Amino acid sequence: MSEIKIEKLDECRWIIPPVGGMRVPGLIYSSRELMGDIGTDESPRQVANVAHLPGILGYSMAMPNMHWGYGFPIGGVAAFDMAEGIISPGGVGYDINCGVRLMTTKLDYQEIKSEVADLVGALFRHIPTGVGSKGSLRLSAGEEKKVLCSGAGWAVEHGYGTPQDLEATEDGGVMEGADPACVSERAVERGREQLGTLGSGNHFLEIEVVEEIFDDDAAAAFGLALNQVCVVIHSGSRGLGYQVCDDYLARMVKHIHDIGVPIPDRQLACAYLASNEGREYLSAMACAANYAWANRQMLMHWTRETFEKALKRSPRDIGMRLLYDVCHNIAKIEHFIIDGRNKTVCVHRKGATRAFPPGHAALPERYRPVGQPVLIPGDMGSGSYVLAGTEKAFSETFGSTCHGAGRVMSRSQALKISRKRSVGREMAARGVIVMAKGKGTLNEEIPEAYKNIDQVVDVVHRAGISKKVARLRSVGCIKG
Amino acid sequence: MGGVVRNRGHRIYRVFDHTADLGLEIYGSDVGDLFAHAARALFDNIADLDTVEGVIMRDISVSGADLQDLFINYLRALLGWFHDEDFIVRDVTIHAITGTHVAGTATGERFDPRTHTIRHEIKAVTYHMAEVAEVPSGWRGRVILDV
Repeated sequence: MSEIKIEKLDECRWIIPPVGGMRVPGLIYSSRELMGDIGTDESPRQVANVAHLPGILGYSMAMPNMHWGYGFPIGGVAAFDMAEGIISPGGVGYDINCGVRLMTTKLDYQEIKSEVADLVGALFRHIPTGVGSKGSLRLSAGEEKKVLCSGAGWAVEHGYGTPQDLEATEDGGVMEGADPACVSERAVERGREQLGTLGSGNHFLEIEVVEEIFDDDAAAAFGLALNQVCVVIHSGSRGLGYQVCDDYLARMVKHIHDIGVPIPDRQLACAYLASNEGREYLSAMACAANYAWANRQMLMHWTRETFEKALKRSPRDIGMRLLYDVCHNIAKIEHFIIDGRNKTVCVHRKGATRAFPPGHAALPERYRPVGQPVLIPGDMGSGSYVLAGTEKAFSETFGSTCHGAGRVMSRSQALKISRKRSVGREMAARGVIVMAKGKGTLNEEIPEAYKNIDQVVDVVHRAGISKKVARLRSVGCIKG
Repeated sequence: MGGVVRNRGHRIYRVFDHTADLGLEIYGSDVGDLFAHAARALFDNIADLDTVEGVIMRDISVSGADLQDLFINYLRALLGWFHDEDFIVRDVTIHAITGTHVAGTATGERFDPRTHTIRHEIKAVTYHMAEVAEVPSGWRGRVILDV
């Protein structure tokens, strides 16, 4: 394989000039330190591969959390023309609408400091986690199809939360165009017992505390204050989303071969947005996105209940309010101004987060003066950042920014180097109480396995594609 | 690269590093042997196979556009058994294989959390960098699993 040529554009951006079949250049947001981590990683080649796809607009982009994915890199952003462009299940990822939600509370950390261990234990007991975990709900296939059409709204209708939660969810917690007829029976079956479960791997539920505020106005608009107790939930569409991706990838591998479009990697299999295959995937993807939103809504509801029981306080005293919910594995039909003209495009964000600017109609009214809340979880126990979307993101990155720290080490490597360590005890020494279901989970998720979240966030802040609002530190965490 | 996993002296597979996921490089003396070893390699990463017995037999028959597509479809079908029916494969015997079709018999048992130890939650078999190739020592396959 030929070397990928990468040229430094400025302190935060690197360009991959178009060669061979690349239709546009690659554009990587990073820093000198983070570019060093990429090393032998294949992700720059993946950025170049995505640039081969029909109808791609502007650049094939990667955010500073970039690492080696399959097909698209993790941290990849690519927008496609609606008439000439494609949609790729691999550009969304297996965990469709994997995302993050952040809840604020009225609690000050000092008030509950001594109760965090009990709280983590209670959350661990009440929130279903781990490999193949099953929820307390057994949906009929008919009821599940309602979830696929209504998303978080279905959960609220069934008593899991309030209508205010929906206002604070990206797209109101429902993606239009969902058609359960486009979802296989097998995917529906895989989803039946998993609604309301956290899952395994890097998914988590964390109790965090606001430790630093960078932007007072935005923090005030988001309802964030120093030492405030918050909760972060990271989960997605579970087995249902995986099956949708798997079904459509197989179908599109065949389809792309039949229509004779050359692609550099089968995992980039795709279909034109204007084709039946493309439209059906979009409808199925919307179903999985809605399932994920219902899932996070239910997980939040049980978190509220657990806080009330464990702390023996009323919902009013705890005041757990959804700040925002973002998806970071998704393709969205959105409107941008390109070369002075309004254009509708399909933006793939795979391990990237939407970061819409102040004033955008898609934002809840209370956030319009400051921009969209962007939620960036770090590695286990390191806490999270809250950022705000910017005009620059809207004009430069199709309203996108990074999604998390991004791995630097494979899971097997992490297991190997941490074999003799008690990661749970190490975390406790850092002031984070961690509980996990899986035997190897904590070792696979050791902090060194990830890029430094501060460095990743610094890049997007300096590049101006989102701005820092607050940093939260973790005090308790449950994992699968 | 991790060490080579062997069974009765035969090279079965080894794990190669992929940042987010799990890469397997599988070996076989011929194509059928490669497919049999691939099943073993997949499930060796799902569960501790020393705790799994071959008490249930079931047939597998899969098609693909070419050998590489067949390889991925075959592994997808086997992983599907685990996802849909909690079935853990211990071994597969290949009866017939062409460039586009494979037939065989698998043995294994239903997952039981009391006796079986899960190693990884393998969520999907990806097409990324998938490879099936004849090499001087026989056949080699590569696949990246999403975990």
